[in-house]
Amino acid sequence: MGERLSIKTERDEQQLFNARVIVAALVILSALLGILARAYFLQVRDHDKYTELSKQNYQKRIPVPPTRGQIYDRNGVMIADNRAQYVLEVVLDAVPDQNNDGRKRFSDLTLMLERLNKVVPLTEKDLRVFNQQVRRGSRYQPTVLKENMAEDEVAMFAVNRSRFPGVNLVRRMQRFYPLKSIASHVIGYVGRIDERDLTRLDSENYAGTTHVGKIGIEAAHEDRLHGQTGYQLMEVDAHGRHIAVLEEKDPVGGQDLILSLDMRLQIKAENLLKDERGAIVAIDPRNGEVLAMASVPTFDPNLFVDGISHKNYTALRDDPDRPLYNRALQGAYPPGSTIKPMAALAGLYDKVIWPSKRVYDPGFFQLPGHKRRYRCWKKVGHGSLNAQEAIAKSCDTYFYDLAYRMGVENFSGYMNRFGFGLQTGIDLTSESAGLMPTPEWKQKRHKQFWYPGDTVNIGIGQGYWLATPLQLAHAVSTVATRGKRLRPHVLRSVRSSKDQPEQVIAPEILNQVPVRDPGHWDLAIQGMVDVMHASFGTARAAGKDAPYLIAGKTGTAQVFGIAQNARYDASKLAKRLHDHSLFVGFAPANDPRIAIGIIVENGGGGSKVAAPTGRKIMDAYLLNQYGDEEEGEGEAPEPGESVTPLNITRKIDRNTDNKKVTPQ
Amino acid sequence: MISALFPPYVVRALQRVDPVLLAALSLLMFLGLVTLFSAGDGQISIVYRQGLHFLVGLVFLMLFSQIQSKTLKQFAIWAYGIGLILLILVLLVGETKKGATRWLYIGVDIQPAEIMKLAVPMMVAYYFAEKPLPPRFWDIIVALMLVFVPMLLIMKQPDLGTALLIALSGLFVIYLAGMSWWLIGGALLVLAVSAPLMFHYGMHEYQRQRVLTLFNPEQDLLGTGYHIYQSKIAIGSGGFYGKGWLNGDQSRLDFLPERHTDFIFAVFGEEFGFLGNCMLLALYLFIIWRGLYLASKGADTFARLLSGSLALTFFIYLLVNTGMVSGLLPVVGVPLPLVSYGGTSIITLMSAFGILMGMKKRKRVYHSDD
Repeated sequence: MGERLSIKTERDEQQLFNARVIVAALVILSALLGILARAYFLQVRDHDKYTELSKQNYQKRIPVPPTRGQIYDRNGVMIADNRAQYVLEVVLDAVPDQNNDGRKRFSDLTLMLERLNKVVPLTEKDLRVFNQQVRRGSRYQPTVLKENMAEDEVAMFAVNRSRFPGVNLVRRMQRFYPLKSIASHVIGYVGRIDERDLTRLDSENYAGTTHVGKIGIEAAHEDRLHGQTGYQLMEVDAHGRHIAVLEEKDPVGGQDLILSLDMRLQIKAENLLKDERGAIVAIDPRNGEVLAMASVPTFDPNLFVDGISHKNYTALRDDPDRPLYNRALQGAYPPGSTIKPMAALAGLYDKVIWPSKRVYDPGFFQLPGHKRRYRCWKKVGHGSLNAQEAIAKSCDTYFYDLAYRMGVENFSGYMNRFGFGLQTGIDLTSESAGLMPTPEWKQKRHKQFWYPGDTVNIGIGQGYWLATPLQLAHAVSTVATRGKRLRPHVLRSVRSSKDQPEQVIAPEILNQVPVRDPGHWDLAIQGMVDVMHASFGTARAAGKDAPYLIAGKTGTAQVFGIAQNARYDASKLAKRLHDHSLFVGFAPANDPRIAIGIIVENGGGGSKVAAPTGRKIMDAYLLNQYGDEEEGEGEAPEPGESVTPLNITRKIDRNTDNKKVTPQ
Repeated sequence: MISALFPPYVVRALQRVDPVLLAALSLLMFLGLVTLFSAGDGQISIVYRQGLHFLVGLVFLMLFSQIQSKTLKQFAIWAYGIGLILLILVLLVGETKKGATRWLYIGVDIQPAEIMKLAVPMMVAYYFAEKPLPPRFWDIIVALMLVFVPMLLIMKQPDLGTALLIALSGLFVIYLAGMSWWLIGGALLVLAVSAPLMFHYGMHEYQRQRVLTLFNPEQDLLGTGYHIYQSKIAIGSGGFYGKGWLNGDQSRLDFLPERHTDFIFAVFGEEFGFLGNCMLLALYLFIIWRGLYLASKGADTFARLLSGSLALTFFIYLLVNTGMVSGLLPVVGVPLPLVSYGGTSIITLMSAFGILMGMKKRKRVYHSDD
């Protein structure tokens, strides 16, 4: 304080200071230029990258799922519908605080839930699941409080809505099958998309979709039913709150499917198989449209829509009658005598027989130089008969002889033309091809040579030959069309919406079965007509008094082989070991409008069980006799009216004794 | 004339305020309010409160600009002494919030470290004011002691950012006093060598984490890296012209954390773009330049050293904040000077600019009628 600095020192210090300031200023300038360079890199050079990141932050694409197409039968009866399901959701942030102090407390939520409980009863499970999700989820995102609300609950809440801010009633569409178990195997069902579905579905188009067709029509025509997903481009904030809609694209709903099925006939078919296991397939021979495809027992597809419970699933899976199994499409059975008309056509084509050729049936057939007797079903034999009589009387010996002469390769090759051993190509998934055996197949499968005896058995539809009920109906339908084999299909037409015209699926010809002479068709068909109407026909009882001409053929397929000379007593065998009862046919024989294939598992003789069933189906379809006086149910549904579902889902009451029974 | 409207002592008081610097500061504060309005979701109340901070800051600026160099020099030792005592008290009986003991309750909560932001450079400048310059080695050692004691006390709180900034303001005085380049070079070398040791032994885990995040920000987007990541997106998406006022998606939709306070530079960058940033930095550069210019016109050594240090410290605030927000420097709680929301920082800074203006050489006033 006291000291006085000299002027010189003062000036030196000023100069020293100024120099230091200049150096500092240069450092400052370069540092700020550095910051500016940083800003340049971020804002100019990398601008696009950060703009993209910014958009990822605040733009959220919310998929808007399309409405799944509905499914109708050919008369407009609703088969698969979308039903509104109401769900209560809570957005925690919007629940008001009771103290009005701007602070949310847990007690606000519990108080709200208590009040809500008086309007809409909440179960303990609802609350438990809700509380779990509240702890996990965001307070700005909706949390599900109650699903599957009943109608009165929806109404009660709607009236009291204003009392519960933050609680929203949300409408969701859910698949619903009003006919329940009817045609369940054909229609199939939708189920929640699982891991496996994700690998094959277009993730973009299924972004908002929760359910996908799992089996049946729902799966086979998934592409048509699903539609195009739309989206909403939302502006969201850091908490995921939706601020505004930036862009929108409406979804395009799936196409409605109109099936060729006639639900009246379907119900009739299922009722006819009630308390049995079996399948009925009815096809319109003129265009390949499937009129009915029954597989009994059935199940309720509605169980699967929201995830079937473990208990229900186990019950269905472990049921010895296998209700989940689509017998019509997947069940492969020995076709038995039902193939005799086709076998006769094969022999005629291969010239091992001719219309006037007669074969003597002593009651059995023997291979030259062999002792073993291949028995005819009629022990005393049919005597001498020609091809048409052999069909009508279902003479085994005639066809043993035919197959043996023809040889298995020629025989199997001809049967392929009727679709045996091949998938028909029906528009349903998991179709079985059955089995039309050949020596190569046997060598490959069983590492054994083909014996002449194998060929003999093939001649009457036994041995290794397996066919699905669909194949049977398909083959007999091909007889009805005189060889024009049409691809069977369940989808009749589609339409984009109710006011759009339907696009009808055109029939597709697969092949023409060749014959040497068109008259051979008349022979085969006449043989089948004789089965139903001639005094010597095997199913004359079933054809009796029909006001139209039926061409039919019964079949009885052995479940296990009967040893030589062994006698078999049906009453002593467990029902599971009874023969399968089969029937194929079409009508009217002179102008076919329906062709059917029927199998009743362990039903016994074809003429006793399957043929009368076939007659009832034909009566129903051709004579409009859907009512069933004996059963008192199966009222025919009017078009557009939903049908009261019939409970024909099977209860387990069968003798399940599956022990091997050794024939005496 | 203005001089005719007011009594002479008011005119003299106003004359001590540098109009150029005041105009630049006012423009900066205005830009701050504009940006704050956007950062605050269009709520006007936060702008009012900040406006109030600015008014109080202006009052402090006026008051401090009246203090002459020799008066302030006498006050330096008291300010420093009281500051030290308060810092010790903080460690003994201070209030702890969020794991840090920074506050002292004397009717209101005060942060003694704020006082030291001014007291430390004042004390160091005071020490050199009576010494011949450039300083001798031992004088530098004493000056460093004056810097490091409060620094260590603040580091103990812990508040590393403030401690370093206060230490820097003291070191700037030593630099401006003329510490030899050899010593500066040697000190920087020692610092470079000891930096890794400091990182491993002298820092808290969260501090280490912040430094690591700087080098690899994408590594921890939900933790420490989130702030920097979002602020880089904000600045980068602003582009050359910016998204426009009130149109910053990052800030408007709440993606940008701390956007009223430490990260307001990102809001500015997003809405006004590279162009805005150039202008903002130019304005800052002008203020710093004007501060240094005023410092070089200081009345005496104490005045020059103190003003110069205050101007450089202002620059350091700017550098640390913009460097942090643009992802060049680790995250430390330093506001963007005079733009970020917060009363304490504004009042301290405005007081510093008041001091800076008051240190100018006074023109001899001839009183003709007094």
